[in-house]
Amino acid sequence: MKPHSLISSFNPANEPDTLASHERAEIDASTRLPVLLFFSSAIFWLLIGSLLGLISAWKMTHPWFLDQMAWLTFGRLRPAHLNAVIYGWASAAGIGVGLWLMARLCRIPLIHSKLLISAAIFWNLGVFVGVLGILAGDSRSIEWLEFPGYATPILFVAYAFIGIWAIIMFRFRKPGHVYVSQWYLFAAFLWFPWLYATANILLIWQPIQGSAQGAVNWWFAHNVLGLWFTPIGLASAYYMIPKVIGRPIHSYYLSILGFWSLALFYSWNGMHHLIGGPFPAWMISASVVASIMMFIPVVTVAINHHMTMRGHFDALKWSPTLRFTVFGAMTYTVVSLQGSSMAIPSLNTLTHFTDYTIGHAHLGLYGFFSMMMFGAMYYIVPRLTGWEWPSATAIRWHFWLVASGIILMVGSLSLGGVLQGLALYDPQVSFRSSLDYATPFRMVRGISGFLLLAGHLVFAGHFAVMLLKIGRRREGPALFAEPSKPEAATV
Amino acid sequence: MNKLPLIFLGVFLTFASSWVGLVVYPYFALGRMQPLPDEDTGGFFPPSNPGLAVAGQRVYAANGCVYCHSQQVRRAPLSTDIEKGLGPRQTVARDYLRAQPVFLGTMRTGPDLTNIGVRQPDANWHHKHLYEPQTVTDWSVMPSFRYLYRMQEIQGQPSANAVKGLSGPHAPPPGFEVVPTDEANALVAYLLSLKRNYPLPESPEPPVKK
Repeated sequence: MKPHSLISSFNPANEPDTLASHERAEIDASTRLPVLLFFSSAIFWLLIGSLLGLISAWKMTHPWFLDQMAWLTFGRLRPAHLNAVIYGWASAAGIGVGLWLMARLCRIPLIHSKLLISAAIFWNLGVFVGVLGILAGDSRSIEWLEFPGYATPILFVAYAFIGIWAIIMFRFRKPGHVYVSQWYLFAAFLWFPWLYATANILLIWQPIQGSAQGAVNWWFAHNVLGLWFTPIGLASAYYMIPKVIGRPIHSYYLSILGFWSLALFYSWNGMHHLIGGPFPAWMISASVVASIMMFIPVVTVAINHHMTMRGHFDALKWSPTLRFTVFGAMTYTVVSLQGSSMAIPSLNTLTHFTDYTIGHAHLGLYGFFSMMMFGAMYYIVPRLTGWEWPSATAIRWHFWLVASGIILMVGSLSLGGVLQGLALYDPQVSFRSSLDYATPFRMVRGISGFLLLAGHLVFAGHFAVMLLKIGRRREGPALFAEPSKPEAATV
Repeated sequence: MNKLPLIFLGVFLTFASSWVGLVVYPYFALGRMQPLPDEDTGGFFPPSNPGLAVAGQRVYAANGCVYCHSQQVRRAPLSTDIEKGLGPRQTVARDYLRAQPVFLGTMRTGPDLTNIGVRQPDANWHHKHLYEPQTVTDWSVMPSFRYLYRMQEIQGQPSANAVKGLSGPHAPPPGFEVVPTDEANALVAYLLSLKRNYPLPESPEPPVKK
């Protein structure tokens, strides 16, 4: 046990866990099968999703490309891409990371793993049926909820297993403090079924009438990002950063402020997608205000993470986990402040209905969340398989391909989107100009898709080699360089 | 924060607030709105749609038109939608009572379709445009929806519903014709039904700018 400084004694809950190493190993082993199931299926959908996205991207500049068949039309590939990455990749990766963190932070071996294995099977079945349903022409064209009505109940059953399991784990956790990552996971596991059930009932099974659908749609879609992916991503950052650099989170009180302000403000954000739309003015205003208030949780978390990292940034040179996680954490700050600015009506006028929004969505879901998940996987998987990542070079390639890919994508879509927005706004400019301005930037975005897909192929290949334990066992973790502080070297 | 019941309460209440505000409130306030009776004709605003147009909404959804085409006209000065000719007035909640689902849209990769039935009332124009968009507008990035049409040999007289004026690389060779499937007919009926040119008291037409 490390000696406590006076300050850290006032901050009772700032260290992820205090387990003996044999207890940790036992807990990690108990999570192996369910977590690896979620991870491997997530990586499979990541590849499918990237490919669908890449084809959709090229179709936007080359409309004749693959236009013979109904199931390959842009209006089906695009929602298939979105749902494959949202439910197949991001949610499954998030659930996998969440399960592992829960076991570690509840400080007990994972129990009832059969529940989770069934959940993984049902979840993937649901995504599979849903994506095929979209391609077959049963898409509902309700954004983020395109899966046909026969696919969503399968996902819901899968989720119910996970929810029941989470309640059991919390119930049987070892007494002691509840670490900040657990607040976020607890909230996310509660919010998601509520969100998903509400949206399914009111939009798919018993659709409500008229423009109220738009309100429910964007309340749902924005909260899937804000109250499902974001808390899981932050839970991972709150765990990984202190773990890798070996020091506690800077401030317990900032953690509390960040958590509660996120819970309150994020849930009200959705209507900023519909500024100017057919809704009572107060609903839009409430969402604009809440979006701008997001400044508080975002800056709070940014300060907290930055102060934790301070003096340890050299660890980014050697730790893959930290490099991906810190990239994600920094992007979280950028993308959230960008999102707040896009809700200001005068700026929204420019960016609404343009590629700028698409860039923003990718920055959030990819630059923040997916990078966070990659970082967590680099930490978790060796602890489950008892086999280190075979190649630091492969991890380096993965990082640079996807980091440059996402920056190129968001950069091009943002620039092109602003030009497109200016053209769409100016009454003197024809509609054609909005296309002419956007097209070259869409080509660059198409190229960025190749970088991302290549990065994912490297990652998936590396993961497969590791899972199958091909090649010689590696001594010690795969790091980019010699750690500057060897005692803290935990990837 | 070590007390789970307290965390649960907070997590529940913060989320419930937005659920009440953005889901339950519109459920009652917008979800129960009624069409406005038109005293002159005994009809309603918005008018009810023919059955074929209702079926056309499903084709519109299945093929993802909403990812490029919005269906909303916003007021000035928030937008220049009215000045750009998307419609004579702002669209309001009542305009969407007949829509299922509601295709408000979030992208304008293609033009807004709120009033496409007013701008292009000709069914053959729509068929031609869906079959080979680039022959109608050479710079269009809309994909072809040829798969909603059938090419067949002309048996005796050409079919009455054959698409006229096709000239692109996918135009039928001599002796052949292109006819719309039921899905294409439904989709075009739906597009023709998109007209928000009736009056609503809650959305007066602003004076036309010179």
